[in-house]
Amino acid sequence: MVFLEFERPLEKLYEQLEKIRQIESEGDIDVTDKVKELESKIKTKQKEIYSNLSGWQKVQLSRHPERPYSLYYIETMFKKFVELHGDRTYGDDKAIVGGIGRINGQTLVVIGHQKGVNTKMRQYRNFGMANPEGYRKALRLMKLAEKFNYPVVCLIDTPGAYPGLEAEERGQAEAIAKNLLEMAQLRVPIVCYIIGEGASGGALGIGLGDRVYMLENTWYSVISPESCSSILWRSWDHKEEAAESLKLTADHMLEFGLIDDVIKEPLGGAHNDPEKMAKILKSHIKKEVATLMELTPQRRIDQRIKKYCKMGVYQTAAAE
Amino acid sequence: MGWFKRFKEGIQTATKNKKEAPDGLWYKCKKCNETITVKELRDNYYICPKCEYHTRIGSYDYFELLFDGKYDILFDNLVSKDFLEFTDLVDYKDRLVKAKEKTHLNEAITVAVGKIAKKPILISAMDFSFIGGSMGSVVGEKISRSVDYCIEHKIPYMNISKSGGARMMESAFSLMQMAKTSAKLSQLARKKIPYFSFLTDPTTGGVTASFAMLGDINFSEPGALIGFAGPRVIKETIKRDLPEGFQSSEFLLEHGFLDFIVDRKSLRTKLADLLTLFSDPQAA
Repeated sequence: MVFLEFERPLEKLYEQLEKIRQIESEGDIDVTDKVKELESKIKTKQKEIYSNLSGWQKVQLSRHPERPYSLYYIETMFKKFVELHGDRTYGDDKAIVGGIGRINGQTLVVIGHQKGVNTKMRQYRNFGMANPEGYRKALRLMKLAEKFNYPVVCLIDTPGAYPGLEAEERGQAEAIAKNLLEMAQLRVPIVCYIIGEGASGGALGIGLGDRVYMLENTWYSVISPESCSSILWRSWDHKEEAAESLKLTADHMLEFGLIDDVIKEPLGGAHNDPEKMAKILKSHIKKEVATLMELTPQRRIDQRIKKYCKMGVYQTAAAE
Repeated sequence: MGWFKRFKEGIQTATKNKKEAPDGLWYKCKKCNETITVKELRDNYYICPKCEYHTRIGSYDYFELLFDGKYDILFDNLVSKDFLEFTDLVDYKDRLVKAKEKTHLNEAITVAVGKIAKKPILISAMDFSFIGGSMGSVVGEKISRSVDYCIEHKIPYMNISKSGGARMMESAFSLMQMAKTSAKLSQLARKKIPYFSFLTDPTTGGVTASFAMLGDINFSEPGALIGFAGPRVIKETIKRDLPEGFQSSEFLLEHGFLDFIVDRKSLRTKLADLLTLFSDPQAA
């Protein structure tokens, strides 16, 4: 198990639990009571820790190395999932995955950022940072969904679109902009979930939808706290302050009306019980898709655009 | 090599020997160091007469340059609000006050409606001098209202981008302006109203990745910096130097993201041609 800085008090308790279990397996001493006691201690401690997380701590949780990624959810939730590759123009981006599958008898197109589960795979997946062909693959799959009237589900988890030389040459900005334009007018339902990091245009590039939800321990912002610190404070040391200033947590985003709801994670975060998290997500998708499928395409599009038009806070100055 | 060959580029005069010139009278080109009077520069469309460097100009300069005389400013009463109480080294509140004082503008974008060669058009133009031309709620809302105005009056829309990207001090709200402006432009497209996107130096970040790249026609001034990620970030990521001319308008044209590059002197004529072609498709 990997413990983050603020999870340290839990580490000791887990160690104790481990030791007791070992004693149990070695001899015939009855430790049931002791185990129960420790387990309840862990639960209390977890509640204490996870109910008071700062913005920066949530950012850390969203990046927890054991946190489930898109493919985990897809494989757990979907029946008969077929992964589809390539943007039909340049190549196949490994940082955005997608395909066609089924949840409770409904065929869906699912698209998600994908991070790697180990060092080798992290590089292979480019740390979840997509190139233009990733966004173009996503659009191609959305058009497929539109053609056959399948709803689209997007799973968002990226530290940003890849800021590389080739990405610029192939039009990173154009790829994201095009997706935003097309997603606004897509005739099938789009439901988006922030399952980890929601950084900037790289997240939004597959994140414009009829409904947008955030898992409890995720963040969504125009810039990562680190980059924000480096630009505004001119140093990398103010990431905690930046995370607070940016108000990037799911609760803030809900309060601002920029997302539709926050989805609770199992105690201790999604990585503590991935299976349960997948189950929660699956039933949520099922419900949302069914509701949205009842509307006519034009009505969905109108509501979608209207929702985004409302986003923004400004005031009206008196005429001079 | 001849004895007359200059070994050291640039100015070698020591500061104490520098001849002082009053501000606002002389202009020194950032690129070739040519010094000319501000009047000469203005008469030359704010282009350096020696090296053709297009200096950064503001929204009103473009309006004066493009419209047939009179034009009306729209939605100028919309102003930003520090609703997140965003604080870094400076409070966002104070940044807004300072920006207004410095620029005498209300926001990083100004909208005007008028005529070019007798054809009506609405132009929104961004000002880099106002917090780096950054896009916050007001920029998004003004673009949104511009689209509605163009749909209502059935007139073409042109936006002049000049921006570092999204405004960090409005966090996710500024991010959502990318979605908002793109969604509005999709409505304009449905109504088959032309949208001209003119990208000027610099156009980067969330602005490029939304409305700036979505023109029916995308075009730019020579030598403008246009990109998604800033050059410094890319350099840090790939850990090597960037090639000459990387992310310039010429680079974008070469890679297929711009329709053409136009000199500021010919901009008005070119636009007039486009407006004629789009508004009278079957003229004799």
